Amino acid sequence: MTPVLEVIDLSHIYSVGTPFQHAAIEHMTFSVQRGELIGIIGHTGSGKSTLMQHLNGLLKPTSGKVLLNGVDIWKDKATTRSARFKVGLVFQYPEYQLFEETVYKDIAFGPTNMGLSKQEIDRRVRQAAQFVGVPEAHLEKSPFDLSGGQKRRVAIAGVIAMEPEVLILDEPTAGLDPEGRAGILKNIEAYRKAKNATILMVSHAMEDVARMADRLLVLDHSRIRMDAEPSEVFRHAWELEQIGLSIPQVTRVFLRLREMGISIDSSVYTVEQAVRELQRVKGGKHQC
Amino acid sequence: MLKDITLGQYFPGNTPVHRMDPRTKLILLVVYIVALFVAKGVIAYALVAAFLITAVALSKIKPKALFKGLKPILIIVILTAVLNLFYAQGERVIFRIWKLTATWEGLETAVYMILRIVMLISGTFLLTYTTSPIALTDGLESLLSPLKKIKVPVHEIAMMMCIALRFIPTLIEETDKIMSAQKARGADFESGNIFQRAKALIPILVPLFISAFRRADELATAMECRCYQGGDGRTKMKVLSYARRDLVTLALGLLLLAAVITLKALGL
Repeated sequence: MTPVLEVIDLSHIYSVGTPFQHAAIEHMTFSVQRGELIGIIGHTGSGKSTLMQHLNGLLKPTSGKVLLNGVDIWKDKATTRSARFKVGLVFQYPEYQLFEETVYKDIAFGPTNMGLSKQEIDRRVRQAAQFVGVPEAHLEKSPFDLSGGQKRRVAIAGVIAMEPEVLILDEPTAGLDPEGRAGILKNIEAYRKAKNATILMVSHAMEDVARMADRLLVLDHSRIRMDAEPSEVFRHAWELEQIGLSIPQVTRVFLRLREMGISIDSSVYTVEQAVRELQRVKGGKHQC
Repeated sequence: MLKDITLGQYFPGNTPVHRMDPRTKLILLVVYIVALFVAKGVIAYALVAAFLITAVALSKIKPKALFKGLKPILIIVILTAVLNLFYAQGERVIFRIWKLTATWEGLETAVYMILRIVMLISGTFLLTYTTSPIALTDGLESLLSPLKKIKVPVHEIAMMMCIALRFIPTLIEETDKIMSAQKARGADFESGNIFQRAKALIPILVPLFISAFRRADELATAMECRCYQGGDGRTKMKVLSYARRDLVTLALGLLLLAAVITLKALGL
């Protein structure tokens, strides 16, 4: 099966020929299968944002290729434009791009640009609003009268309404309270299930990505440092800390236990796994 | 793409030109511009050009960067040149088209005009390329401070300029981000007639204005939290002081002006 997205030897250099020239991403290669949920982690300036903007053709690679369903998205103008709709990109703090008079019109912006019929737009707007939990009553309100968390949901709905095959989110939960965070993550999962969509999520909240993702891409200094399942990645937890990334709290506890000489598997990253591992070490007795 | 705008951009460096007191540079620029407008004849222009070229060489700013800044005014330069070519009064005719006559005198004026505009803009760009916006407003505030006596709010004006300059890159970055976000939703800024294009800007302008007001509000609060209350009794972290090289360069600048005026008086 052809992967939904394929990135081949991608490099991007900013401000070529000025004193500010620097490479944001260098020789990245990876592929994404349909339906996967991939977490992208890396510290500030590791190239995450630049990488994301290549996947829907907002930035043109300096060298290398991005294939969407096996077709180079820079093949011609029409392909690039359709890639914008097939790969939905939700930027960091997306609530700052709201501009319409009503929530309904703002969510409809993307579908309208796609040139869909009125009924289809209406269906998509209502469905997208439902996915992110924006009540019908809010659709006729001004987006600027909503709370921060609600604005964020509306902005995400604006991208979901285009029904992209691949949904990319940059820090979708940044600056939200725990309840808002959990809500948005649940919405993303719901969309993935309903549309068998592929999700790429950039996040600093390590617990969240670790729990949700099938695979993690670790970026460091403009390159891919690791590309593996979460358990494999957190087996190298020490390395993650070296490049300045946080690791889930349970993983840290288990690492310390190992340092203390207890033979224990330190690649756990959720509380459930931790309980299971402790029970195994303790010999199956349910004492913890 | 918007990041490539060079207007008012500062290229950090550590050259004699960068280190010079901003006030000296501002005065020197005024002297230079006056000299440029007084200049008449080949020798005077050559002197002014030599002054500019020395400054550019000392500043280690690539000539390419200067020329890039000239691009937007190319149309003005060409228009001025063409107008001068045909309007100047003269006897020695090069060619005629319809009622227009191009003369050698016109050609001469046109060439001088081009040189004057190019050198004017290059000199100004050299100032902004080698002086950080903060140093520039500091210098301006200090130079204008005598006006405080006649109740001109010099400090407030300087602070406003400083904030405006400080936020140009931020707003450009913000615009870039909003444009990308709207493009990701299929917004199209490149096709359609002029009305469609103007309408396509609404999704950028509305969020940009909202964020500019939000930033202004936050900045005002932050300044008040740190007890900002205008210029009275305010001290500076970096106190400007003239060094010997400032006096020497100023003297050189005045010498240039004197030379140019003398040349004109002598009619050379």
